[in-house]
Amino acid sequence: MPYWKGEITVAKANMRNDKNPMPEQEPNVRNKNFLEVATGYTAEAAIDEAKRCLNCPRKPCVNGCPVGVKIPEFIALVAEGDFEGAYAKISETNALPAVCGRVCPQESQCESKCVRGIKGEPVGIGRLERFVADYYRENCAAKEEIVKPEPNGKKVAVVGSGPSGLTVAGDLAKLGYDVTIYEAFHTAGGVLMYGIPEFRLPKAIVQQEVDKLRKYGVKIETNVVVGKTILVDELFEEMGYDAVYVASGAGLPSFLGIEGEQLNGVYSANEFLTRVNLMKAYRFPEYDTPVYCGNSVAVFGGGNVAMDAARSAKRLGAENVYIVYRRGKEELPARAEEVAHAEEEGVKFLLLQNPTKFIGDENGWLKAVEVVDMELGEPDESGRRRPQVVAGSEHTIEIDAAIISIGQSPNPLIKNTTKGLETNKRGCIVADEKGATSKPFVYAGGDAVTGAATVILAMGAGKTAAQAIHEALQNKN
Amino acid sequence: MAYEILRKETLNPQIFLMEILAPAVAKKAEPGQFIILRIDEFGERVPFTIADYDREKGGVTIIVQAVGKTTQDLAKLEAGDSVLDFVGPLGVPTPLEGLKKVAVIGGGLGTAIAYPQAKKLKSLGAEVTAIVGFRSVDFIILNDEMTAASDKLIVATDDGSNGNKGFVTDKLKEELDAGEKFDEVIAIGPLPMMRAVCKLTEQYGVPTTVSMNPVMIDGTGMCGGCRVIVDGQPKFACVDGPDFDGHKIDWDAAMKRQQMYKSHEKQSCADGKCRIGRGK
Repeated sequence: MPYWKGEITVAKANMRNDKNPMPEQEPNVRNKNFLEVATGYTAEAAIDEAKRCLNCPRKPCVNGCPVGVKIPEFIALVAEGDFEGAYAKISETNALPAVCGRVCPQESQCESKCVRGIKGEPVGIGRLERFVADYYRENCAAKEEIVKPEPNGKKVAVVGSGPSGLTVAGDLAKLGYDVTIYEAFHTAGGVLMYGIPEFRLPKAIVQQEVDKLRKYGVKIETNVVVGKTILVDELFEEMGYDAVYVASGAGLPSFLGIEGEQLNGVYSANEFLTRVNLMKAYRFPEYDTPVYCGNSVAVFGGGNVAMDAARSAKRLGAENVYIVYRRGKEELPARAEEVAHAEEEGVKFLLLQNPTKFIGDENGWLKAVEVVDMELGEPDESGRRRPQVVAGSEHTIEIDAAIISIGQSPNPLIKNTTKGLETNKRGCIVADEKGATSKPFVYAGGDAVTGAATVILAMGAGKTAAQAIHEALQNKN
Repeated sequence: MAYEILRKETLNPQIFLMEILAPAVAKKAEPGQFIILRIDEFGERVPFTIADYDREKGGVTIIVQAVGKTTQDLAKLEAGDSVLDFVGPLGVPTPLEGLKKVAVIGGGLGTAIAYPQAKKLKSLGAEVTAIVGFRSVDFIILNDEMTAASDKLIVATDDGSNGNKGFVTDKLKEELDAGEKFDEVIAIGPLPMMRAVCKLTEQYGVPTTVSMNPVMIDGTGMCGGCRVIVDGQPKFACVDGPDFDGHKIDWDAAMKRQQMYKSHEKQSCADGKCRIGRGK
């Protein structure tokens, strides 16, 4: 029993209307380093926040969670000071709480359903999840005893080691399957490693989650490109796998298709972030991989990836960092918290503007971008008001680097090399609600199925597919 | 897991060969494809075209010119050492089936990449004329291998020190003017050389394939750093290539993009000697 148990009496709920604030590095300090922005709740703040939970019998928050975390139950344990117990409760359904507590869009999921959000701010569920996961990692993980489950003699291959692949691998390993993850990069973790920056999700945390899976017996083969080094059919025929889960993500970057995109200094967000995060270009020349960023950087797009790129550019020393987005502030698809963080750190938002061409110097280096003003017309099929060009509004912005962050689609390598695997016109693998594809014993989930979405949705898909694979293989001889 | 260097040979003062143990890559490798390696935790991911492969032994051969940080670091490694990461085979194999008479052109280090193409063509029964060019006689590489992989081998040197002065384009022109009819020309080497070959073959109406080697990170279509303008459209060298129709490449754009990290490369090489926290 934790030492503080008993010192705290759980009285009636804390009816304060606002969340305990998240301690953060000062904006003008953090925009010069890659250390984590949010530093996390103290135990006192966590207990105080946990007491704001009313423990509603209908648990609306749980319905908002793609992996069904037992939210009121874990929060009640936090309120009692039983942080280890709270971790065990979260872990019943979520394999990556330290990750989810940091990068989930709680405001549109669990917290959007919280009853406390009607009159004031919802309970800080994400902050509590993070606190519990961090507490456990720092105080309990070392003494954790993992019991490897009894092998059931069946083999499953997982393609891709991002959130979806890690989830499916963890769930199946715990059921006794012999699971191997194949990863194209040299490091496991997928978008958690190459995409999301260190200052939002420290890589040591991701590494620890990956290492934990290994303790459950999951094997991870890096430097294997499924579709090149080995084909899906060979996984069955030559390697003897009973099922394959494809979670290869949405890695193919979209470009704007405008003049000058070939100039030096124009990047996809994927390239820019991979250089910075996976290859650690922010530590060049200690690390060999460079990244050119210059003094003025424009990021095109308004999603979370765009915010990550802009905030990284600021930290690399760019004085002027712009987000150029063709709709208005209300339409920005990024999380409100990411937008606020970017603004605090000095990123300037050029809203209702759209690039028309990049302008280079005689040596092929980017020096400016021409943009036009936009205005919002009638709603389009997505329900958002369609941006329209304001005639004659062309003007230029001087920039040294441009980062295109307008979306990614699934990589065609697996589609092109796997007979009988149906995909849709956007290149996404077609899978039913359980993750089953058109090919027997091939399942798929995460961004490879949905197109670029969130970490937690990818994890939810992995969770469902693990169950479906288990059901299918139990009946297979 | 690390990948052991099975063999290292010096081919000329700047160029060396390394055969690296990577059975999964060797099993699938075809001419025209490439690998990406990373020497250690601090290293860059750098692409190298596959120069040869031994499916039985599991070895994949790359031929390297020590010009930048990674290639200089690689030059310091010997047989028995290993590299941390080695992934492939990446890219689309060069389509060689059905070709009857082909001119394979290699410029300098490009000869190392032209060699597996010539070898495969020969094994498929095609008549191969190989034309390779070097700065001087001291820089000639793979002479025996190219002799074995071709029906006719023309070795040219810029300074004439091997007794055959000229550029590969001069030698190709002589062949074409002599009435040689090639189904295809495959040209591999520095961008200016490939561009010059393409300009020539365009006049003679001979289809020409070139192998592009731009900056890239993942090699699987993820970063888009390797984009090349082909027929007015951006293509990714890593997944759409690295081979393209040389008559459709935007050479100006490709040559400018190659300069992207030149200044960083200098800094990286200069700083390479004293690196805080670096293991070796």
